[in-house]
Amino acid sequence: MSDYSFRFTKSSKYLNAALIIIPMVLLFIGIYGGLMQTLFRAGIIQSDPFVGGDYYKGLTFHGVLNAIVFTTFFAVALGNALIPYSLKKPLNTKVAWASGILMLAGSVLAAIVILMGEATVLYTFYPPLKAHPGFYIGLTLLVVGSWVAFFNWIPMYLEWRKENEGKKTPLAVVGMMTTFIIWLVATLAVAVEILFMLLPWSLGLVDQINVMLARTLFWFFGHPLVYFWLLPAYVMYYVFMPKLAGGKLFSDMAGRLVFMLFIIFSIPVGTHHQYMDPAISSQWKLVHGIFTFAVALPSLITAFTLAASLEHAGRKNGATGLFDWMWKLPYFDKEKWFFPFLITGLIIFIFGGIGGIVNASYSMNTIVHNTAWIPGHFHLTVAGPVLLAFLGGSLYMVGQFMGKKIRFKGFAMISPYIYTIGLLIMSYGLKVGGLMGMPRRTNTGASYANPDSVLYQPDWVAYIDMSVIGGSIMFIAVVIYLVSFFGTVFSKSDSTEEGSVVTFPISEPLHDEPSTWLRNFKPFIIILIILIVLSYTPVIYDVITTTYDTSLPYSPNSPVPLR
Amino acid sequence: MDKSEKLALSLSGLLLIVFFGALMYAAAAEDLEVPTCITDMDPFTTDTLFQTSEDTYELHMIARMWAFQPSTIRLPVGSTVDMYVTSQDIIHGFKVENKNVNLMAVPGAINYVRVRFNEPGEYFFACHEFCGAAHHTMAGRFVIEESVDEPETIGG
Ligand code: HEM
Ligand SMILES: [Cu+2]
Ligand SMILES: [Cu+2]
Repeated sequence: MSDYSFRFTKSSKYLNAALIIIPMVLLFIGIYGGLMQTLFRAGIIQSDPFVGGDYYKGLTFHGVLNAIVFTTFFAVALGNALIPYSLKKPLNTKVAWASGILMLAGSVLAAIVILMGEATVLYTFYPPLKAHPGFYIGLTLLVVGSWVAFFNWIPMYLEWRKENEGKKTPLAVVGMMTTFIIWLVATLAVAVEILFMLLPWSLGLVDQINVMLARTLFWFFGHPLVYFWLLPAYVMYYVFMPKLAGGKLFSDMAGRLVFMLFIIFSIPVGTHHQYMDPAISSQWKLVHGIFTFAVALPSLITAFTLAASLEHAGRKNGATGLFDWMWKLPYFDKEKWFFPFLITGLIIFIFGGIGGIVNASYSMNTIVHNTAWIPGHFHLTVAGPVLLAFLGGSLYMVGQFMGKKIRFKGFAMISPYIYTIGLLIMSYGLKVGGLMGMPRRTNTGASYANPDSVLYQPDWVAYIDMSVIGGSIMFIAVVIYLVSFFGTVFSKSDSTEEGSVVTFPISEPLHDEPSTWLRNFKPFIIILIILIVLSYTPVIYDVITTTYDTSLPYSPNSPVPLR
Repeated sequence: MDKSEKLALSLSGLLLIVFFGALMYAAAAEDLEVPTCITDMDPFTTDTLFQTSEDTYELHMIARMWAFQPSTIRLPVGSTVDMYVTSQDIIHGFKVENKNVNLMAVPGAINYVRVRFNEPGEYFFACHEFCGAAHHTMAGRFVIEESVDEPETIGG
């Protein structure tokens, strides 16, 4: 399992480079939106200086481009890279291109209607707010494209299993397959929501919609969505990081166990986003809460395994004593610029994880639900560990697939540290503000943070200003990163014959157990289906029986329905 | 499995069980619960406030683009309020400052919470679900005073 290289076809290399470069441009637009939001919230701007439009249009493209488009593209690119590489099997490039084109067409369509201001519904698109049908169609194409990518890997995986009976599937493949198994099951619910409810309703074929039902289907998808973001980062933590640090993965079995636990528990938990909703009995909310606690377990195991792997690396690098290993890791080694992207994410995830347990804690959710605490929390997860691992992975892959040396390595190396500082400041502001009652998804600059408004809340202002400072630092860090990224993309190719092969830093395990019971997805998928039926049947029943009315569509600009 | 790994796994499990136990304790002993299905209440389309016993009031609140009806509720110290909330158009929601009250107002459904005000003061709440162009102007407050001759609501 040590360093080996694999020759990707030219076509699959172009594809993978495109799957990384295009979303990077979209991410930049999204992050620009994030910076503008912090300025709006503090009352520094009243409309977007470049793109035009109000806070909520910006918030929509920020959420959609960063959290849905960029993440999906990266997960597909990582799978397209690691699955052929680890199985030593060529990718079917025709299918892979078809998937990439579907995803791109969908994302561009959705982005255009959002930027035109025709889909200001935020990335959760709750009805009865109605978006332009192009928005729903675009998201559908993006999702279908990602399915196609997954369906392309399944035969490769099955074939490999047949040819290698008795061998363990490479951990990277287990991780990527897990990611997309969860994604497939989760997106089925949102596909039902979009295709059978939202799209016909937005086209005017159906008059009314059950809002609670749509919302419940959305959250069936919405929680596993966060694992779809997180798992590719976990793959990089387990597979790349120990090796980058100069050591080995502490336990191979832990990695496999973690992925299987995610398959079981990451879906029957969605109602924890609806603790404060009507029309769902509290006892079923509690059931989802229990499963949510169960899904915290794999993350705790991960914390241990990764720390143990880093300790092992530190000791191999010459550390003695109890804590000395912490200082023997390549934090500021320009040649190992990838490592900082992973280690900063792990540090941030300590805070992200604690915040997640608070949110999950049933009645305690009352204190934080839909306050600014929530974006404070999830920037410490999706815009922290996930983003940083994805940025590191993108730079690494773009160098590999374009056959180029990474340029401005120092910039790349330092950017995650700067980003982390900014992120901690911004999230602190959002979280404390949230505990004081500051709502999320709100243009505070036009009311609560405006001294001339009757709604002025002087106590909140300092925390709103903190997010301006933190957000600006984050933005600068991303720009510094992009210097290295586009510097590499546009540099002259130094592709020699040798440069045309691809290598990934794959870690070897320190403890390697047979773990035969963790080798097959099937039993875990069956448990998942059983848990979904048990946990969602009563919720859907409650929703259908206790709602008494359905809704006509609304535009965000008028209290009068559109029909 | 490595010894330290086993230990870490058991401690993690234990930690989660302790957290969960604390929540169950809070639910049982302190009556800290989350909203549940409301089946014994007819749908309403107008807001009202009325007294149901000496210190207890029932409030029917309607959220709409872009106001809470009522937006100001004036009550004496020591009042307990049974709050029923729904939406007339799209989804809204609010959290009452310094209180364990956080509700989503969803069209076609009724949400409910009981809250007691033991301290005088103003309890601000702001709409916390995106509800369109003027979402940031949608707010309200409970005003709790030592002596209120006539409990009243403003904005409806
Ligand atoms: C420069 C970097 C960034 C800044 C300054 C920033 C800032 C913000 C701000 C101020 C909000 C609005 C909070 C609210 O009104 O509720 C927000 C929301 C959000 N951000 Fe970011 N953000 C950044 C990067 C990211 C990244 C990289 C991601 C994901 C990969 C992300 C995902 C989100 C999501 C999903 C929302 C919620 C949108 C919604 O509530 O509809 N952000 N961000
Ligand atoms: Cu969740
Ligand atoms: Cu509202």
